[in-house]
Amino acid sequence: MEAATVFGAARPRYGERLIRALLFLAALLSILTTVGIVASLLRETVAFFGDVSLVDFLTGKEWAPLFADPKFGVWPLVNGTLLVTGIALAVAVPLGLGSAIFLSEYARPRTRRVLKPILEMLAGIPTVVFGYFALTFFTPEILRGALGVDVQIFNALSAGIVMGFMVLPTIASVAEDAMSAVPQSLREGAYGLGANRMQVSTRVVFPAALSGIVAAVILGISRAIGETMIVLIAAGQIANTGVNPAEAYETMTAFIAATGKGDVPTGSIGYKTIFAVGFALFLMTLVMNALSIRFVRRFRQVYE
Amino acid sequence: MVTTDRAPSESGVAAPAPAEQIFELRGVTVSYAGVPAVRDISLDVRAREITALIGPSGCGKSTLLRTLNRMNDLIPRARVEGSVRYHGEDLYAPGVDLVQVRRRIGMVFQKPNPFPKSIHDNVAFGPRVLGMDGDLDEIVERALRRAALWDEVKDRLKANAFGISGGQQQRLCIARALAVSPDVILMDEPCSALDPISTSRIEDLMTELKEDYSIVIVTHNMQQAARVSDRTGFFTVDPDDRAGRMVEFDVTDRIFTNPADPRTEAYVTGKVG
Repeated sequence: MEAATVFGAARPRYGERLIRALLFLAALLSILTTVGIVASLLRETVAFFGDVSLVDFLTGKEWAPLFADPKFGVWPLVNGTLLVTGIALAVAVPLGLGSAIFLSEYARPRTRRVLKPILEMLAGIPTVVFGYFALTFFTPEILRGALGVDVQIFNALSAGIVMGFMVLPTIASVAEDAMSAVPQSLREGAYGLGANRMQVSTRVVFPAALSGIVAAVILGISRAIGETMIVLIAAGQIANTGVNPAEAYETMTAFIAATGKGDVPTGSIGYKTIFAVGFALFLMTLVMNALSIRFVRRFRQVYE
Repeated sequence: MVTTDRAPSESGVAAPAPAEQIFELRGVTVSYAGVPAVRDISLDVRAREITALIGPSGCGKSTLLRTLNRMNDLIPRARVEGSVRYHGEDLYAPGVDLVQVRRRIGMVFQKPNPFPKSIHDNVAFGPRVLGMDGDLDEIVERALRRAALWDEVKDRLKANAFGISGGQQQRLCIARALAVSPDVILMDEPCSALDPISTSRIEDLMTELKEDYSIVIVTHNMQQAARVSDRTGFFTVDPDDRAGRMVEFDVTDRIFTNPADPRTEAYVTGKVG
């Protein structure tokens, strides 16, 4: 007697295997792309540090790689990036989390159904539009005109604030998802003890959703650090070690974009700087992501 | 019927008075989005008694329970008609302070729902949000002792509340409700997610608590109602409009031994339901 009489003999499922293989390829492709990017970055970066000392790069206070007497201190670019990102976050984090709390805890379901897609639409506006909005409207009309702030035409303040509005919907949307996922039973427990809406939001829902909220902020930071178009257009391209947001700054991304546009010959030191700065940018985001993962693990409140 | 002669407090809800009647419901109908879930309920809840609401699923007993601390206010398009009086005062009058309502009328839910915080902070949550005076540690200890949980958790008050068993979590939720010094405790199937041993501990606890508190419990478990309650309301689903109705409300003994309505008898003897 054959054992296969009850269930029948299994037929090979070619279609399933094919799908499995295709899905695996899709996953593999994205990994290979990442590896390829890191490898190409690394190759040119290593070449760069064959010509320039790592110590000069990290500790130098002057950035002028294309001058006759080149200077390779990356700090001004990092400073510009941190300053603009900081301004963007100062706008996006409070407004984004505020919007998330409103949508998740205060808005009626119908209001949420209308507002959230509109907010997410803001995330779909091309950054070049934000860039020119900052340069041709926000700087002259709002900062100089309505508020009377004495800013240069290219300045970190305008670029940072507008970038904040670009990042806001990402933070709001992801944080709102995290807060909406908090079980209703926790809210009821808190309301049942006489907590008001604000207390329920800030003392129960917010801490319970903390890991998702941190993820939302990290995503916002990553977008802000990596954002290129707005700073290229509106923040100016002057390597600046100051902290006055009314002045022009060059960020790491803006340098890469501006220099990469084609007036440096391939293989020259100017060309290699693009990759060195890119690699530094990559490391910054990497370290930040790692730190945030640790933070989330540590402060996560598990429910269920 | 005994009415309280105490003046309303600032909040619009009277302080607990030694009145016989805690709740008086007259012709209460609760609807969600215009569809009645429970219809035309009249009953009285007496002080320092356990009042049980029993009946099959969907008969509106939980809905009714949630009108007693205005928990249904959280659901958009929920509507309460009729009169709900708490110590003689209209619970649904304009200007009633929901914070005070829920402080006086505590609630324990079907599934233990501790906050993702430490055991101590769970119990301290209510006193904190209400800005209650007094030593917080003392309030926490008193509430945990009252909920018969102190000895089991006193060495790990800082530990996360999710680390204790389901039965302990439910007693923690009872302690959490007791910490704000309520007058009434509403329990919505508090043992349905618990094993029999944990269930019997909660039932013992309820019997102890009724010396000081009035308890209204919704339960699927008829034996539980028979064991712990003083009065029982039997609810059923009206076949015509699918809304819940109360068939009979009486002393628990009578509901289980000599009910007036044949539907009650069929249910408590296990013939239907």
